Amino acid sequence: MKASILFAGVGGQGVITAASIMASAALKDGYNVVMSELHGMAQRGGDVKCAVRIGDVLSPIIPPGTAKAIVALEPLEALRNIEAVSKNGLVITDINPIYPPLTSIGIGRYPSLDEIFGEIEKHCKLVKIDANEIARKAGSILTKNVVMLGALHSLKVLPIKRGSIIEAIKELLHKHAEINIKAFELGEKAIP
Amino acid sequence: MNLLEENKKAILLGNEAIARGAIEAGLDFATTYPGTPASEIADTLSIIAREMKRAGKEPPFYFEYSVNEKVALEMAAAAAISGLRALTSMKHVGMNVASDALMTYAYVGCKGGHVIVTGDDPSCHSSQNEQDNRQYAKFASLPMLEPSSPAEAKEMIMEAFELSEKLSLPVILRETTRVAHTRGVVELGKIDWSHRKGNFERGDYVTVPDVARKLHPILLEKMERAKEMAEKSRFNFIEGEGSAGIITSGVAYNYVKEAIDDLNGKAKILKLGFTNPLPEKMIADFLKKVEKVLIVEELEPYLEEQIKKIAYENNIDVKIYGKGYGKFSRIYEYTPAIVYPTIAEFLGIEYEIEEAKIKVTPRPPILCPGCPHRATYYAVKQVAPPDTIYPTDIGCYTLGLLPPYKTADFLLCMGSSVGSGGGFAMATKKKVISFIGDSTFFHAGLPALINALHHNHNFTIAILDNSTTAMTGHQPHPGNNIDGMGNEATPIDIASLVKGMGVKHVEVVNPYNLKATKEAFKRALEYDGLSVVVAKAPCILLDLKRRKKRITFEVVQEKCTGCNECINNFACPAFYREGDKIKINDALCTGCGFCVQVCPEGAIRRRMEVGK
Ligand SMILES: Cc1ncc(C[n+]2csc(CCOP(=O)(O)OP(=O)(O)O)c2C)c(N)n1
Ligand code: SF4
Ligand code: SF4
Repeated sequence: MKASILFAGVGGQGVITAASIMASAALKDGYNVVMSELHGMAQRGGDVKCAVRIGDVLSPIIPPGTAKAIVALEPLEALRNIEAVSKNGLVITDINPIYPPLTSIGIGRYPSLDEIFGEIEKHCKLVKIDANEIARKAGSILTKNVVMLGALHSLKVLPIKRGSIIEAIKELLHKHAEINIKAFELGEKAIP
Repeated sequence: MNLLEENKKAILLGNEAIARGAIEAGLDFATTYPGTPASEIADTLSIIAREMKRAGKEPPFYFEYSVNEKVALEMAAAAAISGLRALTSMKHVGMNVASDALMTYAYVGCKGGHVIVTGDDPSCHSSQNEQDNRQYAKFASLPMLEPSSPAEAKEMIMEAFELSEKLSLPVILRETTRVAHTRGVVELGKIDWSHRKGNFERGDYVTVPDVARKLHPILLEKMERAKEMAEKSRFNFIEGEGSAGIITSGVAYNYVKEAIDDLNGKAKILKLGFTNPLPEKMIADFLKKVEKVLIVEELEPYLEEQIKKIAYENNIDVKIYGKGYGKFSRIYEYTPAIVYPTIAEFLGIEYEIEEAKIKVTPRPPILCPGCPHRATYYAVKQVAPPDTIYPTDIGCYTLGLLPPYKTADFLLCMGSSVGSGGGFAMATKKKVISFIGDSTFFHAGLPALINALHHNHNFTIAILDNSTTAMTGHQPHPGNNIDGMGNEATPIDIASLVKGMGVKHVEVVNPYNLKATKEAFKRALEYDGLSVVVAKAPCILLDLKRRKKRITFEVVQEKCTGCNECINNFACPAFYREGDKIKINDALCTGCGFCVQVCPEGAIRRRMEVGK
């Protein structure tokens, strides 16, 4: 068995934390895990992506077109990485754009959300949620990454147990576990 | 503490696995200068040391963030010569800085095991070049191990200490970004908590020509023994069956294995982990057993050239493919998108991937909202003549390259802003402002400043003192009063240092004070000779940690005339346009307050209610 998920977003959104929670939950369930991240120059507000792969996997990079899902904390970042996901896979994305700063002085263009979503739908199934709003409901915009995990879990993309994810949230976010568990639950409910 | 647990499985970053392996192997002495992708090796040791101290325990090793890689290597070499187990970690270009020491250290050798980790960065994810440091192992004649995964990195560092002691030679552990920054499952064994003290005994360690001539053949003999060890090493192994052969090393091994698996292909794989010196006999035997060979290695044809030589010397008539075959080249990192189709071609298997078609607006990294460097650049751009030349240096402030500032014209390596600044001033007679960060100034700026001062070069050096090494993860540097172990340290004050060296025109300003900063740079530019401006304000991220309350700012819409100064010329990323309104994103604003001075209409004020 091999299963890969790509987490994508913008520096500071907690992309790596979300991926770490999934990786650690997978280990609890007894899976082999490989996760890749990039540090340094990649962090200062630039695009961030992080792969979590479980099962009989070795490569830290997802072979093209084989990810079961892209979990994007920002819509443009879902589109940027679309080649990673399989035709039978899905994209689950937040709907609140963060404009690359240079677009405000006319360098590059941020496509309309309709364009972005249209492109993604040409490729695979698309699930959209307003994770900002849900995160605020949970108590802090900073829980947005965990909201996305809740949504991912209820879409049943990975065979990972709910209890293991909750335990991983407690371990990795200790002080902030409570509000993040709430965010996870609200994220789950966001998927009908 | 998670990092000190024993006898269990954990998910560790490649770099954490290396640090962990070192302490299980009885590490006594560790030095570094930070640099992506190697930083977390030392950062992990720093965290362990500080947490142990806080718990009232003495860590079993000495650790320091040295001023640069050369000093880091020399420090640890002295410890290793004195019988201790030592570790020195650095990014690939750090080896260039350390290489003067390294080349002769190989002659002298060590007693205690010494592992030198180089973090290479194919694709330049966070670097100014993608040099292949496997060449250093050959260049200096030192044994080298190359891990493919965090688990293997841990095993290798432990073995590297043993090897180093058996051969009395420092051993190079070469990782790449995709090993350093990959998390994988690692077995945590027992930590060696013992404390040891070094013991120096005099020997043939003074490399005057007579001694050096004596030591060189000894080094070559050691490397002959190392070759025997490579022949038997568990890190060099053969797996799989087939008439087609693949030889690979490092992270590429993972792509090869998965490709063969996913493509249902058959090949005999020689995986090399002990890659200097190469196991010649093992390779020759392998070449004899296959009909053709594909070499899968990132960057330079390091294995390929040596393997072709082995084939020639052993009269083996086998076709060897490598660089130039399929999608393989000497540039950038390998990925499954490169390795899968190339292996498919090699094995004659159909494989189609869609070429990446979609080009999305890039999202380059930028200076944080509230970064003191942006404030400095904003002031400088207002007073410097348009044809000013801006040599820059390595750190967050290199991002001044982007519009609207474009305060970065030339960059080679750490310290090059000051060396080249003098050169541009002499060659062009134009105004020159060299930007250099505090950590970089200590690392490589000092000798260049002495040169500029001594030769009366006429330009300005702006030292951007944010009291940290921000770009690589906020490591301390010699300007701080606490070191990497959490011990009290002697802080070195940059302005006093520069004045003490004899620079006549030195000013210190707070870059968040726009008027004062503009005036300071105006005076510095007018001064005939070498002038130094120290722009001193902590990195906003450090400042945020210390603040008790969140502060943010907002645009008062009734006052804003839409002049766009804040967006077009200042460009703090917290500003955005919504329709024809200009707003500040409450979630991004760090409350530095500098924009109040930027807005000509006085339309920016502190926000009373801060969002969650
Ligand atoms: C020889 C060498 N060692 C290490 C690095 C990695 N590196 C990149 S930026 C940087 C330091 C930046 O610190 P500073 O100059 O204080 O600037 P800041 O990022 O704090 O603005 C380092 C160490 C490098 N590029 N070259
Ligand atoms: S980390 Fe600090 S120095 Fe670097 S860009 Fe952000 S505020 Fe500036
Ligand atoms: S106070 Fe102004 S300049 Fe500072 S971070 Fe906020 S918006 Fe940017």
